[in-house]
Amino acid sequence: MTWEEDLRRKAARIAQGGPHNYHQRNKEKNKLFVRERLRLLLDHGIETEDGKFANEAAEGLPADGVITGTGKIHEQTVCFIANDSTVKAGSWGAHTVEKMIRIQEKAERLQIPLLYLVDSAGARITDQIDMFPGRRGAGRIFHNQIKLSGQVPQVCILFGPSAAGGAYIPAFCDIVIMTEGNASMYLGSPRMAEMVIGERVSLEEMGGAKMHCSVSGCGDILVQNEEEAIQKARDYMTYMPANYTKQPKKCGAQHPAIATPRGKTIEDIIPQNQNSPFNMYELIERIIDEDSLFEIKALFAPEIITALSRINGRVVGIVANQPSVKGGVLFPDTADKAARFITLCDAFHIPLLFLVDVPGFMIGTHVEKQGIIRHGAKMVAAMSEATVPKISVIVRKAYGAGLYAMAGPAFEPDCCLALPTAQVAVMGPEAAVNAVYAKKIASLPEEKRQAFIEKKRKEYKENIDIYRLASEMIVDEVVSGERLREELTSRFNVYTTKNVTFSQRKHPVYPV
Amino acid sequence: MEVIRTPITGTVWKIHVKAGDEVKAGEEVAIVESMKMEIPIVSDYPGNVKTVFREEGDFINEGEDLIELD
Repeated sequence: MTWEEDLRRKAARIAQGGPHNYHQRNKEKNKLFVRERLRLLLDHGIETEDGKFANEAAEGLPADGVITGTGKIHEQTVCFIANDSTVKAGSWGAHTVEKMIRIQEKAERLQIPLLYLVDSAGARITDQIDMFPGRRGAGRIFHNQIKLSGQVPQVCILFGPSAAGGAYIPAFCDIVIMTEGNASMYLGSPRMAEMVIGERVSLEEMGGAKMHCSVSGCGDILVQNEEEAIQKARDYMTYMPANYTKQPKKCGAQHPAIATPRGKTIEDIIPQNQNSPFNMYELIERIIDEDSLFEIKALFAPEIITALSRINGRVVGIVANQPSVKGGVLFPDTADKAARFITLCDAFHIPLLFLVDVPGFMIGTHVEKQGIIRHGAKMVAAMSEATVPKISVIVRKAYGAGLYAMAGPAFEPDCCLALPTAQVAVMGPEAAVNAVYAKKIASLPEEKRQAFIEKKRKEYKENIDIYRLASEMIVDEVVSGERLREELTSRFNVYTTKNVTFSQRKHPVYPV
Repeated sequence: MEVIRTPITGTVWKIHVKAGDEVKAGEEVAIVESMKMEIPIVSDYPGNVKTVFREEGDFINEGEDLIELD
């Protein structure tokens, strides 16, 4: 055998991954082989691969269970880490960890995005001294992720388990896409939970994709199969720059999803009664470009909508209250979801649009015990510190600290716009009249009470009238729904030269 | 058997169904008033109303049972 043939034979064997029965098991679960996943993810397949021969000397550990290298997505070079679940269930040995660390270091040096294609049972306990505790042990992977966070986009696609310590890989990524039925993350498996704490649950209940995308909030996007997961990751990358020094790419101007002349206007959608729900998606469709909505955490805390989108070709992050779910009230999870999304956009020069229709933060013992104040503070802090162009549009009501959390005038938005339906106040007329005149109302004879309440509500409404607020220059402009898209286009264009540093300090003491 | 719970603490403002009624998936069965907002309560499942646990005007905590379907 020539040197050449020997090399080819060895490389070909590694490219096949683990033993046949593992491939078979993957097929039964509708899972693709790792190299097939990479073929679908990358424009032209793998362009460079490092450490292909890692652990070649050992039996049955091709590439030591992980493929690392570079390729292109929409012609942008990216780094990737992809577990091979046909090699000892994608578990991490010493070389697996070293390969992961090296490609992270490369992503930092080259300042390019890093994608994690995760399908791994966790550490190989037999290798623990070499891969767990040391300076370049698995801990370094997370240390690097934290360092990379906000420098370059980090995307996690979860195809299978992400167990124990490995569950922190998705936690430190910007976005986590999970395939229903196969993806899971948990610190302790159901078997371990039964042994250690006596709890008996299924894997799905413990850390399934649906649970994480709708209840815990650890997952961002739930998909039905691997092809869809990969497509979502590719789509996501169209909104992201290569790193924090670059701007996201602008597309040519597009049409809105729903052109007003064809359907109901924004004014038609918004009910006269401030307390009645309406569907905020209907408004969003009328201002963003067609097919440009990329929602993050759609199933988690749906009383707020967080989505990437394009307005006339420019990438914009939308934070919108959703009055048709829980009245659009802000809860602890709502605030967490928004805070996280705002930091994502701010990190990568994505301007923010706040669409406000918020009765305020939830009150009552239930949420106080959950710490709604400190959760709410996270959202206010993230929004306040964001230095990308920020526009707040008061669509309808903006009550109490809800106004603050949604980029109210005090938080240096580049402008605060109002639709004619807007109402800004500490609280709504009903609550306010009760709060101010409770004693007076109680002292009145019953037949006079209603008339008094109505009179005071009317006075209150006049006092918080949106033109009064415009007259006091609290809002910068009152815009009709029909002109909103055009107005936003002009303003985001104007604000592109914004270059602001929030503070020179090291970092805030985060409210967490 | 499915139970429809309230997603938010508030006051039961309107109940649109009574025991024996048939409901479709996606149908609004009640409205809870909270934070001065009307919160529609929608059934995720089709079925017949077996029990209505609360009356209009009752206070109800997040996650508590409102209506049971069989």
